[in-house]
Amino acid sequence: MSAREAMIKRMKDLPSTHLLGTGTPMCAGCGGLEALHEVYDVLGENSVFVNAAGCMTLLSVYPFTPFRGSWLYTAMASAPAGAQGVRDALDILLEKKRVTKAEDLEVAVLTGDGAAYGMGLSATSGAIERNLDFLYLCYDNEGYGNTGQQYSGATPHAAKTATSGGPRGFAGYKKDLFAIWVAHKPAYVATVVGAEPLDLARKIEKAKQLTGPRLIIALAPCPPGWGYDPKDSVDIGRLAVRTGVWPLKEYVDGKVVHTKIPHPRRPVEEYLSKQGRFAHLFAPKRNEALLAQLQAKVDAYWAQVSE
Amino acid sequence: MSRQLLTGNGAAAWGARLARVDYVPAFPITPQTEIIETLAAWLETDTMDGRLVTLESEHSMITAAGAAAATGVRVFTATSSQGLLYAMEMIYTVAGWRAPFVMINVSRGLAAPITLESDHNDIMAARDAGCLQIHCATCQEVLDSTLMAYRIAEDERIRLPVIVNMDGFYLSFTREPVELPTVEEANGFLPPFDAENVVFRASAPTSQAVAVLGGSPYSYFRYEHHLAVLKGNEVYDEVAAEFAERFGRRHEAVEAYRSEDAELLFVMTGSFATKAREAVDRLRDSGVGIGLLRPRLLRPFPETRLRELLAGKQAVAVIDQNLSMGKGGVMHAELASALYGQPDMPPILASFVGGLGGRNISAEEFFEIAKVLQTAVAEGKTPPPRLLYTRDELREMRKLQAVAQVEREELGGGR
Ligand SMILES: Cc1ncc(C[n+]2csc(CCOP(=O)(O)OP(=O)(O)O)c2C)c(N)n1
Ligand code: SF4
Ligand SMILES: [Mg+2]
Repeated sequence: MSAREAMIKRMKDLPSTHLLGTGTPMCAGCGGLEALHEVYDVLGENSVFVNAAGCMTLLSVYPFTPFRGSWLYTAMASAPAGAQGVRDALDILLEKKRVTKAEDLEVAVLTGDGAAYGMGLSATSGAIERNLDFLYLCYDNEGYGNTGQQYSGATPHAAKTATSGGPRGFAGYKKDLFAIWVAHKPAYVATVVGAEPLDLARKIEKAKQLTGPRLIIALAPCPPGWGYDPKDSVDIGRLAVRTGVWPLKEYVDGKVVHTKIPHPRRPVEEYLSKQGRFAHLFAPKRNEALLAQLQAKVDAYWAQVSE
Repeated sequence: MSRQLLTGNGAAAWGARLARVDYVPAFPITPQTEIIETLAAWLETDTMDGRLVTLESEHSMITAAGAAAATGVRVFTATSSQGLLYAMEMIYTVAGWRAPFVMINVSRGLAAPITLESDHNDIMAARDAGCLQIHCATCQEVLDSTLMAYRIAEDERIRLPVIVNMDGFYLSFTREPVELPTVEEANGFLPPFDAENVVFRASAPTSQAVAVLGGSPYSYFRYEHHLAVLKGNEVYDEVAAEFAERFGRRHEAVEAYRSEDAELLFVMTGSFATKAREAVDRLRDSGVGIGLLRPRLLRPFPETRLRELLAGKQAVAVIDQNLSMGKGGVMHAELASALYGQPDMPPILASFVGGLGGRNISAEEFFEIAKVLQTAVAEGKTPPPRLLYTRDELREMRKLQAVAQVEREELGGGR
């Protein structure tokens, strides 16, 4: 463990200066923005965020930006390719001594789940296979949020979205992007959530010290998309971890390690019942079968995790 | 200066090499591959100093090209046909970033049906993207235009991508003698890229390509972009004049061949215009007062120059190697809009579509087009648009259809 990483051990070790500006057009209680704040504090302002179409695109609206560092909006599918262009250009400039090392930037991709799990997946796969030195932050609000929360490849089974409004909700299952990324054997992969800031900061700190592709999926509770009051965002994030729905883990040196194993694991119902998108599981009548199925899926996941 | 036999693709690669490009994001597609293979070989042997990266698609390739140019390095890329269409979202996007770089498009017909051979529907699809376009007719022009394109793209009045177009097969794979400038000569003409303050640096944070709210700022940036492309007319002429002075080769925005004393004119772009040129000579021999105009600059559209060259003429045949379904030849419509209502413009502006998917346009067809123009002048009436196709071709086509029908019946699928 390096010196810098060792520095973040307790909550009081978290950075006390907050780098990302306020007054953005994100919704109150946006879990994606919460995670971005925490990531940015650790990553620092010597960075350029290469963004894909999604809610966060509206962070930088002419002539304002909350970033102290740089920003480049690309399109929905190709933010990792934008990172490739910026990284390659900086490397060329450094090699040819046309800029000094002090001018170098950490290149970070910022996209939603729609881009990460779907449209941009081939661009990400390409960037990893080319061993691009970049950090990818996916804020996963489990749907196409910016367009009104239609289901995406990240939507969990049974969730109601703008395009899965029937009595059983979304028929598909959340894609395992963590596993897809890990299969590429990149330098680092981790899951985080803004509601667990210590775990998040330690992971970003670790990622910062590695080179190569470093990929982070942040579960991003989304008040309008998930149907709950903005003040409950942190609770919902915590419950996602404590019920085992959102396993906190990292892949490094060829191994997957769980960084926070919930003990005791709370029933999944506690997480589901707080969100409008799962209300049909409880009213007008409890859907026992579906609830049991969702619990069993989480149980099965943790059964194969060795402690 | 030295002389070499080069294909159009080879000339494009030499253009990039002499422009000392830093970065080549690439993706293979026939008939463009020779360009990136040539550059890859030079870069791998350190004959050239730079970096080639193969992306996983043209969409990503253009994103990387724009992003690298926006970080301040000189970028070269190349594509064709399906690749250009696959990249189209990003062609528009990076033009909006005002990211200067040069892309070669090796023109090839678009699917469906899929083909490898040339026409201009691919490059016409990029017409409104906000890049400048230079269309070439010879391998020499490909090399020269690539060098000129960097000067224009990087000019502070422009700062936009420039696409240099050549025809697949007819130019890309045809060897012609090409005068190669020396490194010193090329350097004298093209200084290093100065991105000024539009870069990503730790000491100077910037936001590029940000969103806007509302139609007013959006319109402002779009109008600015349009005006910058229009400025391309002036900048092109300056750059072409300096190029001619240094290298002795003048590449006008519109090449005029035997047009001064002509009453009738062919208007064409690309390598097939050399066929029109030969036809002009033969027609002149038999006493027909005809000439040829070949716009090299397609964006901006050199309207003023075309009006000057066409003033007082009797009839024009625009031969489009593209087809806008439900409308017709694209350049015909563009020229009509440039000429309509202007004083002293030719009363007859006829449309011909030909050369799709590499189909030849024969000398006889050019003669026939000239005859149609003469009749139109005599009758004072613009003829209806024509899709060039011969009786022989149609007979061959009917044979293919008959075979297809037999095959279908053999396989039990016939009706
Ligand atoms: C090529 C393309 N298709 C569709 C869109 C419309 N669009 C904009 S944002 C968005 C949703 C993106 O979803 P996600 O990546 O999850 O980000 P979120 O909106 O949830 O923040 C979509 C579909 C687009 N911008 N580009
Ligand atoms: S819709 Fe959801 S993800 Fe998007 S800004 Fe609002 S809270 Fe954040
Ligand atoms: Mg989303």
